[in-house]
Amino acid sequence: MAAKIKYDAVKVGDPIVTITIENVSRPDFVRYAGASGDFVPLHYDQTFVEAAGIPTVFAQGMWTAGCLSRCLTDYAGASQVRRFKVRFARQVWPGDTLTCRGKVTGKSEKHGEKLVEGELEVVNQKGEAAIKGSFAVAAG
Amino acid sequence: MAIDKKLIGQTGTPFTVPIEWSKVREFARAIRDPNPVYFDRELAQKECGGVPVPPTFLQAASFWMDEHSMPAANFDLRRILHGEQDFEFLKPIFVGDVLTGVARVADVYEKEGGRGGKMTFMLTEIEYKNQKGETVAFARGTLVETGQAVSS
Repeated sequence: MAAKIKYDAVKVGDPIVTITIENVSRPDFVRYAGASGDFVPLHYDQTFVEAAGIPTVFAQGMWTAGCLSRCLTDYAGASQVRRFKVRFARQVWPGDTLTCRGKVTGKSEKHGEKLVEGELEVVNQKGEAAIKGSFAVAAG
Repeated sequence: MAIDKKLIGQTGTPFTVPIEWSKVREFARAIRDPNPVYFDRELAQKECGGVPVPPTFLQAASFWMDEHSMPAANFDLRRILHGEQDFEFLKPIFVGDVLTGVARVADVYEKEGGRGGKMTFMLTEIEYKNQKGETVAFARGTLVETGQAVSS
């Protein structure tokens, strides 16, 4: 397994990788529906959402979480993620630009592995949080 | 949904999830992740010991679930929210693995909400084992049914 980060070099407060998602669009939700099997119509069926009193379709929370997960795999390595937890705070709408980011809040050892822990968030172009999360990744 | 405490502890029928490369590639594209480890098998072998899956890929296990995989709860699709999702990984998951998932209802409860009125929460936990019988991951989700339609 290729760990991209060295445990001893990581400090509490360090930022991890930031990912920007420009121009969220309806095709993102359609593609994610097909990829994940999440066919809840709130995310692609305009007629359905209007009947439910919602102005337009919005992102699957797990699509946004998937975008956020790249911060961890780019930072620590694709097979290094041990914990990824997200809480959905606000919808993501077509046209939004998202910033996915996080920082280190702690280090520990568990089951003989050196873990780096931290917090995560996705914010939109107005600075409003769409997701708050936390993580643990294995370091070398 | 009327709150039904009898759901707590109920498990669904085990379901099988073959981890397929084309589905992993499709998923990586869908989350706009260009990481070559999902697309280049040789590189993935060298860097990870196999083609890994994105951290949220187990969501695609829904393709292998049927109406018996998850203990039933009659949520109204117009009023449903995914509140939280939590993945814990104990062993690596690679393309070519065949996982078995068992879903369990961890909790069901009601809470008075703000704008949405009364809210019903259901916490589910799916344990995944690989073809060697090793537990590789837990996927824990919180679904919320709001009192009225969800909007921002």
